[in-house]
Amino acid sequence: MSDHITLQIARYRPEQESEPTFNEYEVPYTKESAVLDGLNYVKDRLDGTLVYRWSCRMGICGSCGMSVNGEPKLTCATFLADYAPGPVRVEPLRNFPIIRDLIVDIGDFMRKLVRVKPWIVREVDKPLSEGEYRQTPEQLDEYKQFSMCINCMLCYSACPIYGLDPKFIGPAAIALAQRYNLDNRDEGAGDRMEVLSEYDGIWGCTFVGECTKVCPKHVDPAGAIQRYKLTAALESMKSFFAPRGA
Amino acid sequence: MIRRHPEPLLWMLFSAGGVVSAMLMPVLVLLFGLAYPLGWLTPPASDRVRALVANPLAAIVLFSLIVLSLFHWAHRFRHTLYDGLQIKHLSEVIAVVSYGAAIVGSAVAAYLLWQLS
Repeated sequence: MSDHITLQIARYRPEQESEPTFNEYEVPYTKESAVLDGLNYVKDRLDGTLVYRWSCRMGICGSCGMSVNGEPKLTCATFLADYAPGPVRVEPLRNFPIIRDLIVDIGDFMRKLVRVKPWIVREVDKPLSEGEYRQTPEQLDEYKQFSMCINCMLCYSACPIYGLDPKFIGPAAIALAQRYNLDNRDEGAGDRMEVLSEYDGIWGCTFVGECTKVCPKHVDPAGAIQRYKLTAALESMKSFFAPRGA
Repeated sequence: MIRRHPEPLLWMLFSAGGVVSAMLMPVLVLLFGLAYPLGWLTPPASDRVRALVANPLAAIVLFSLIVLSLFHWAHRFRHTLYDGLQIKHLSEVIAVVSYGAAIVGSAVAAYLLWQLS
């Protein structure tokens, strides 16, 4: 037996309208139906022109982030039954330019992400014949939490600082930088420091903490940023008192 | 190479100020702002309080507490104006007013503590 709920979906078709508008659709739901299932129902049965991003529908790919009743959510992990009797308002992620309907332009985030080099940086790679880089469980625990980030950008959507100043490098990029900084196989902390210690790096953050609240993977970007502020501040004091990096 | 800007230093003062003021301010305000003036507790004799403040160690603790709390306030006030009122374009004026007030307050505190010593 299934009930119905109303989805109010933001539509923006640049060739047709200059501002986003809302269309209402009635969709069936059970207690297992995610908001994404509702969108797929609309796309398959009611209005094939609706566009949105999704892929894995199990909280791994990070592509189905949208505003659900004003809050940034992964729509595959947000259930319609929790919003009964509705209506449920589905909008594109805030703080990003809208391309069409529920799709936002993520170019800014992608450009920021590569700036922090979110990969293992080695001065010299050891030859394959010497085997793998070994790591103890304790060394893994140092960064594991930050490695859970799926680049869904909910934290950018929730961050009021990013909303006011898009130059801010943002929560996920800093958390991912820390994921590699805290990895004992990595040697790129110095490169990342150059980017992160800029005014638009960590210092833009005023510790509002919304990023951590909305993170669907419990990454705690706000904690990563505060921790890195201390690292960067101590480093900057050191370079002030010993400018040659003694 | 890390480009120099004062943000790390200001953040350290903010951070230290947050810690010491959270630990020490409430009890001082409770004692000297409420409990003694409202007669909940019998205040210590004024010459004893003056003697305590005259001790260089007590003066240093009080001075650090006041200076760090002021810089904590200045940093918070500056960012509140930037983001709360969204007047970041006035950043230089705001920084001068905020940290300037903290510096003036610190100087007044130093003068008063010097007078009492």
